[in-house]
Amino acid sequence: MKDSGRNWRIERKMNIRFSGFGGQGIILSGYIFGTAAVNDGKSALQTQSYGSESRGGGCRSDVLVSQEEIYDLGPSKFDVLVALSQSAYNSYIGSLGKGGILLVDEDLVDPGSHTPPKTHKIKATDIAFKKFGNKIMANMVMMGFVNSILGVISKESLKKAIRDNVAEETAESNLQAFDEGYRMGKEIN
Amino acid sequence: MGDEAAAYGALYAGCNFFAGYPITPASEIAEVMARELPRSDGYYVQMEDEISSISAIIGAVWAGGKAMTATSGPGFSLMQENIGYAIMTETPCVLVNVQRSGPSTGQATKPAQGDVLQARWGTHGDHEIIALSPSSVQETFSLTIEAFNLSEKYRTLVILLMDGEIGHLRENITFPPLEEITLQERKTGPADAPSFGGAAVPPMSTFGQGRFVHVTGSTHKENGMRDVSTQSVHQELVTRLCGKIRDARGEIWRIEEDYMPGAKVGVLTYGATARPAKGAVLEARRQGTAVDFLRLISIWPFPEEAVRKLADRVDVILVPEMNLGQISREVERFTSKPVLPISRIGGVIHRVEEIKDEIIANG
Amino acid sequence: MKEDKIFHPRANKYLRTEMLPTAFCPGCGCGTVLNGFLQALDELKLDPKELVFVTGIGCSSWIPSPYFKGDTLHTTHGRPIAFATGVKVMKPDMKVIVIAGDGDIAGIGGNHLIHAARRNIDISVFMVNNWNYGMTGGQVSPTTPFGVRTGTTPYGSAEHQLEAAEVVAAAGANYVARWTTYHVFPMVKAMQEALRVKGFSFVEIIAQCPVSYGKMVKMRRGSDFLKLYKEKSVKVEKARQMSDEELEGKIVVGKLKERKRTEFVSTLRQINERFRQELAN
Repeated sequence: MKDSGRNWRIERKMNIRFSGFGGQGIILSGYIFGTAAVNDGKSALQTQSYGSESRGGGCRSDVLVSQEEIYDLGPSKFDVLVALSQSAYNSYIGSLGKGGILLVDEDLVDPGSHTPPKTHKIKATDIAFKKFGNKIMANMVMMGFVNSILGVISKESLKKAIRDNVAEETAESNLQAFDEGYRMGKEIN
Repeated sequence: MGDEAAAYGALYAGCNFFAGYPITPASEIAEVMARELPRSDGYYVQMEDEISSISAIIGAVWAGGKAMTATSGPGFSLMQENIGYAIMTETPCVLVNVQRSGPSTGQATKPAQGDVLQARWGTHGDHEIIALSPSSVQETFSLTIEAFNLSEKYRTLVILLMDGEIGHLRENITFPPLEEITLQERKTGPADAPSFGGAAVPPMSTFGQGRFVHVTGSTHKENGMRDVSTQSVHQELVTRLCGKIRDARGEIWRIEEDYMPGAKVGVLTYGATARPAKGAVLEARRQGTAVDFLRLISIWPFPEEAVRKLADRVDVILVPEMNLGQISREVERFTSKPVLPISRIGGVIHRVEEIKDEIIANG
Repeated sequence: MKEDKIFHPRANKYLRTEMLPTAFCPGCGCGTVLNGFLQALDELKLDPKELVFVTGIGCSSWIPSPYFKGDTLHTTHGRPIAFATGVKVMKPDMKVIVIAGDGDIAGIGGNHLIHAARRNIDISVFMVNNWNYGMTGGQVSPTTPFGVRTGTTPYGSAEHQLEAAEVVAAAGANYVARWTTYHVFPMVKAMQEALRVKGFSFVEIIAQCPVSYGKMVKMRRGSDFLKLYKEKSVKVEKARQMSDEELEGKIVVGKLKERKRTEFVSTLRQINERFRQELAN
């Protein structure tokens, strides 16, 4: 389980799927990753799928990062799956490609016996609640974690994208949550 | 996001009035317009439904504005009657339909391309329509400007026929400098020039010029006055309204062709589907299959010349689309060769792989 | 022009006289409304170049279109208020006037009526209420009295009348009145008040349809209706003292509402003005 993918290099493209339920900031996570990739000078594309519910329904956000034009708007296999709920994990684990990386909130997702070799767990929601007083920042912790493990996008671009896309008064705490996740990612690597 | 690009395209085109009603997946267009229009001395009005939304934009245009509305399938259905009104009264305006999965409420949050034929034939009576379909966020921006330009050039309603896939797609976009954007001016004329005849596209007098403009959806004479009983008046009017678009179709057609020698199979596509289709064509070529690629950017009027040309080149035409075969049916009118729809419904777009497999199987 | 000599100067100023005579049936109330409206405009000395008429589908929509001079938008059935909304936002300095029937305004377009009143947009709506769909030959409308036999209620209407003016008052309009074609002078005065009000104004005018409606209730002459209107009308001040039972079948006439709520387009303009000033600074 120590094969973290820290040295994973993006050759031509990388497909990342963020998943969870409505209200966890899944679509925002995808949006921020996509925006940061563009700021890094890459081609990026973000699509989303959600139910009619603003809160609680199943939800995913796919980010495709590439050095060239992107044709597959809905690829069947992803290089990375981020799951923040058990139902999202169950729905989307099949879309994780062979050798792909799984990142989960370990309090919310139990990958069971089929845990892929490259799996990384973090108590994102718990940390968000205990350290930052708000479960809603779990997505920020998770983004920091994802970023430190994948290293696809520059940390600076991500932090800028976060600052640009959250409410001004919460920007600092969101960034701290991101840093915390990033730090924890570095720790396990 | 495609929706946002449509809104910014409209703003770049000088749109100063937007009326709409929230609907997934088009609401983001309304939100951008509501935020941005007042900053450029324009107006956003959220109406009580889609019928009143299209009504209000037509009213705004006759009051001198440049106007747009945006909706999705259910709202598009509600707008059909007044699409006919805009055509009949030669009101230049833009309607964005970000297609979602139907019929009825269907999969409200999922993309589709199921309104292609409704866009062509949804309103009653003989008519021609202009509909453009973008395949990327960048193109959504430029085609929205084109839609405004075509609406002014031909004095008619133009549909920007997006799909939810492009509407909710986020990707790189570059906004050109304002001075690089060419806008079609509204055709105006002297006070005594008839607003409803005398030319294929008559000059337009608007309200507040002291000209006592008379606009009606009833059959009317060149001066706009109702005449619903004279056969020749109706025939001349409707023939001209259809003719001004049919006769100009060569100028309206917009396509992307990518042909190669020896191709036995052609892929004809549009909208979001063109993305995986293009990827599949490139991949199939890499794997040694010669294949032609034709993307319809203007869907209506149907680019029949390009379709005939493609049909002459290949033995079979594949038509991937997110419906059960709407454009493929239209393609069949222009060739006796096999036309194979690659249909995908249910809110999930085609993958490169599956189209590529079809190409290779038929190549 | 020859016509100049034939018509009253008032008609030459405000009417497209070349379109006359009107197409209205003998005894139709639309003639009275047309005449009253002509007087209202003339006494207010409004410039026809500042008028926009927006109409729908139905007999009374023909009052302004084609007979009145002014920019005219003859729209689809039920939608004139929605079209007028777009016109008014872009041309706030023009008088935007809707004249249409009960089927148009209270029936198919009822929702637009309520929401335009709620926005309090500066449009004057004159609803000519003849209690039926007259142009299509006399079918039940939302304003047909209970029990009346029409083409589509052969056994008597099971529906109750919509009190459109009261609905509009409740929805937030700045001015609401109801009169009948029997009350010509108060009707003209109400039209003038409505045209002067800033905000949504609504005048319901009960007007006879002796042909389509009359044939069903055996009232074939216009004057039969005027007598009925005289007999059934109750002034709003008196009606306020009466019970619902006493008011059954009565026509409440007068000024039902006058208030001074902020108008919609001026609020939009203020927002734009704020941005203009920010930009200038």
